[in-house]
Amino acid sequence: MTEKSRILKIILYIVLIAYAIITLYPFLWALAASFKPLKEIVSGNPALMPQHFTLDNYKYITGTSSLFTKWFMNSVIVSIIGTVVNLFLNTMAGYALARLNFPGRQKIYYTFLALMMVPAQVLLIPNYLILMNLGMLDTFSSLILPAAINIGNIFMMRQFFLSFPMDVEEAAEIDGLGRIATFFRIVMPLARPSIATQAIFVFMGFWNNFMQPMLYISTPKKYTLTLGLQTFTSQATGVRWDHTMAASIISIVPIIILYIIFNGYFLQGVRMDGEK
Amino acid sequence: MEMQKKTPKPARGLNGEHGQVWQAYIFLAPAFVIAAIFFVAAIVFALYMSFNHVNMISQQFEFSGLKNYVDVFKDDVAMTALKNTALFSLIVVPSQTIIALLIAYALSTRGIKGKKLFRLVYFLPTLTSSAALTLIFMFIFNITGPLNNFLISMGLYQHPINFLQNPAYSLKVIMVMNIWSTVPNYMTVYLASLVDLPESFYEAAEIDGASAWQKLRYITVPYLRPITTYVLLTGIIGTFQMFDQAYIFSNGSGGPDNSTLTIALMVYQYAFGSMNTMGYACALAVVLTIIIFVVSRLTEKLNGSNGLR
Repeated sequence: MTEKSRILKIILYIVLIAYAIITLYPFLWALAASFKPLKEIVSGNPALMPQHFTLDNYKYITGTSSLFTKWFMNSVIVSIIGTVVNLFLNTMAGYALARLNFPGRQKIYYTFLALMMVPAQVLLIPNYLILMNLGMLDTFSSLILPAAINIGNIFMMRQFFLSFPMDVEEAAEIDGLGRIATFFRIVMPLARPSIATQAIFVFMGFWNNFMQPMLYISTPKKYTLTLGLQTFTSQATGVRWDHTMAASIISIVPIIILYIIFNGYFLQGVRMDGEK
Repeated sequence: MEMQKKTPKPARGLNGEHGQVWQAYIFLAPAFVIAAIFFVAAIVFALYMSFNHVNMISQQFEFSGLKNYVDVFKDDVAMTALKNTALFSLIVVPSQTIIALLIAYALSTRGIKGKKLFRLVYFLPTLTSSAALTLIFMFIFNITGPLNNFLISMGLYQHPINFLQNPAYSLKVIMVMNIWSTVPNYMTVYLASLVDLPESFYEAAEIDGASAWQKLRYITVPYLRPITTYVLLTGIIGTFQMFDQAYIFSNGSGGPDNSTLTIALMVYQYAFGSMNTMGYACALAVVLTIIIFVVSRLTEKLNGSNGLR
């Protein structure tokens, strides 16, 4: 029995390590390429260690001849504003749907639920036309406004507030705090863990979004990072893999830093998803 | 904002107050307006356009009945896109589900060390944007890329394979990439619910002399069935809407030779390309929605569990 379970454990470790290697290798190849000169990349050296280590690729894409830094900042701006707006609107809507009594509550709730299932492709074309008529195409507003709420997160916040202790608000009310003040000063701070989980996934959504920027933004200076990355593949002179890999690596770093800092919230988010 | 304070009725507590209705409407208003414009109105607008011939240049809508819908089924390109999308889903969804389940099972086994580190590593693809992932995979699979060099140095073949430009391989590369990048998310979903699987189930099976395989087959898999339905449904919805990877891979063309043309990519091409066929594109998007709905329902039935609440 113990012999058998030892062998089993070894097999499991092999599986886990093999899959870790499969997961890591593409990143390592990309990372290695970002430190290699183009000549070494195309000459076909699958080894991870660069023969001629260089920082030129990073210097080039962060230099003045490249719009990359601009794209990076655009993504930062859009992601941060978009996330803050989402946090307030989703949390407020979730709270109203869970906690407040008003006519039509159930109807609004079921409408939101149904809207969650509509695929992006259906919304894409009409939203393009709506934004065009609002004069918002090619502005950051076009990326933020239609995505200012996230129905999945409204739903998540509603679930959270359903099990939120009622006496906290009652106590605040007895202390003479108004309803709206209670929400912003008492309820929202107490909902911090759920809001943090929401923030991470919303931020990641904005940061990694490709389809909307690709459709709505046309001026290269206003590109977001993902859209900018894509232009690397469409250069007439052929793909500069050295620059492309350096740019890809930089685009991943902020999210990895967030992940390491907020590791616990990430798992909580997935857990909530899983328990739906 | 402080207007609400004017109606203090502390005695009645939080329910049934007049102010509550006010507060609810104030709190819901922003979300309501955005949902009304960019979701509800958008859906109605899309449906309306799908029954019209839309000329964007002259901004004219001309009612054409079901013509757009009939055209979808007569269009060879649409059938190619549908075939690619269905094939993509058929390969990717079962693969990602099985791999995710196996890895989650291995990782949740008692006595395995370094779980945190494994999870950290496994989660990396989920964090990365589809744009960066696609570029990394295109680099790896390109004709002078590391994979070709690696396989040649292993002696598997002599001449590098053009994975990116050969229609026989291009969709398969996207499949590999998609499986690779979605497994970690589903694995985490499985892990989260394996935490709740009572250890006593396994212990009882061990007393009966069950092997690891039997425990997986007769305890873990049935226990996870509701989660599997959820994973399958999200997988189907995700794969049928696959856009970013195909777009970046082919630079929007769906090439080589329409081999990476998905329905989502086709919707984009027909709506925003030079063809001026926005009404047709809307019809295509509606058809896609119906297909996703039907396939999801079938899967749910076949798996025998209610996943979407």
